[in-house]
Amino acid sequence: MAILFYIFAAVAIIAALNVVLQRTPVYSALSLIVVLCAIAVEYLLLNAEFIAVIQVIVYAGAIMVLFVLVIMLLNARREVPSSRSRVARWLGLPLLAAFLAEMLFAVWRYLPANMALPEAPASGPAAVGGLLFRNYVLPFELTSILILVAVLGAVVLAKKQL
Amino acid sequence: MTFLVLTTLVKIGFVLFFVLTTVAYLSWLERKVIAHIQSRWGPYRVGPHGLLQPVADGIKFFFKEDIVPLEVDWPIYLLAPFLAFALAFLSFAVIPFGTSFQLRGRTVFLQITDLDVGLLFIFAVTSLGVYSIALAGWSSNSKYPLFGGLRSSAQMISYELSLALAVIGVILISGSLSLRDIVVHQSGFWQPAGLSGFLPRWNIFVQPIGFLAYFTAAIAETNRIPFDLPEGETELVGGFHTEYSSLKFAMFFMAEYANMITVSCIATLLFFGGWLGPMFGPPWLQVLLPVFWFCAKVFCFLFFYIWMRGTLPRFRYDQLMAFGWKVLLPVGLLNILLTSLVVTWRNA
Repeated sequence: MAILFYIFAAVAIIAALNVVLQRTPVYSALSLIVVLCAIAVEYLLLNAEFIAVIQVIVYAGAIMVLFVLVIMLLNARREVPSSRSRVARWLGLPLLAAFLAEMLFAVWRYLPANMALPEAPASGPAAVGGLLFRNYVLPFELTSILILVAVLGAVVLAKKQL
Repeated sequence: MTFLVLTTLVKIGFVLFFVLTTVAYLSWLERKVIAHIQSRWGPYRVGPHGLLQPVADGIKFFFKEDIVPLEVDWPIYLLAPFLAFALAFLSFAVIPFGTSFQLRGRTVFLQITDLDVGLLFIFAVTSLGVYSIALAGWSSNSKYPLFGGLRSSAQMISYELSLALAVIGVILISGSLSLRDIVVHQSGFWQPAGLSGFLPRWNIFVQPIGFLAYFTAAIAETNRIPFDLPEGETELVGGFHTEYSSLKFAMFFMAEYANMITVSCIATLLFFGGWLGPMFGPPWLQVLLPVFWFCAKVFCFLFFYIWMRGTLPRFRYDQLMAFGWKVLLPVGLLNILLTSLVVTWRNA
């Protein structure tokens, strides 16, 4: 089982690197979809099938469709490397390496002594629904108001005359 | 463990063979049925009653010249048809074709895998299917495919929503997302007032609105008439698959038929009792009969699909989108409201 974790983690990391290293925006968006699907498989390895499928439906199947359609409509072409700032080019990678080292150090320091996975809580739709509507009902309601505001904003922006 | 792996591989082989053959002969059935609706014969010469026509078509697809325009975006142009094909066939991993049988003391279910969230898996695969069409249209680098691809993607994501909402009524009644549980919940007969029932306990009798909304949304999802403006020949040349030829076009073609079959299978499982039907005979017949009933019901749906193609004109694009958002979505929500009220009242 651990080998599957490493395989899909490697897929996710390579695809994530591909997102930033590709010159064509559509390829970056597609690599991001690969990352999201790899994370969904990681959820499956944690026995959270419901979350895995919801990840694919919502994130990879709805949000990324929006991204891909917008990129296609904007007709974003292959990007040319900009040659404006020399400082950015020479300081970029070392700073990135320093940042990564810092993150790894912080994570390593706070790793728990016992590395075994805890007992997995129930994660089916019933369990998630119970949590959502009992413990986390306030964030749920606030999110629905947020979505309503977003919908109103979209309608206002897209309508030709009110 | 090896037993599980071996049986699963054999099941995958069977299902793949079965679905590929059905896809091929669905094209034959479509041409014959539409021909008879239009008072003509259809394929008649290749084999008796044109039954070898799909074989001839398959050979033709292999030998056709593969014309690729110059300015296409190669990786995505190649990816799109194979993505469409793979996703269309992936849905069959969770569809139960029958009950189960005993092999060497162990139970083998007539289903490749019974996920607890089987129905949501089908929706996930459908959501990813939008990409194949959008990418095909975009990568072809040409006007008509781009229009067709964008229209089709917009149509598919709109009707996906109504599709999911229409099915929630069934989930509320069955209390489970697993396709096998939903069918098992429909076994038995309605017993009104203690009389011996003759009406099977199928979900169609308690969810008629849900079924109509589901089937309409599903036809729009599969881009079939009356919702096939994105690929209508008279409107957009070929829509998103204009610039594809030979085997890549065949992939799209097969993916569309496989999607039709998936939709029909889900409609049977959710609303018409799946493999449930009159059971009789020796044990080996009892294993084969459910598969037969399932296939018969799916065949009825496929016939209905083809019948509609031969009969109805297509919706204009704005009518199509207005219908999806202004009619099907409220109907789905209303269905959920009514179903939840009834389920709560009965449980109280």
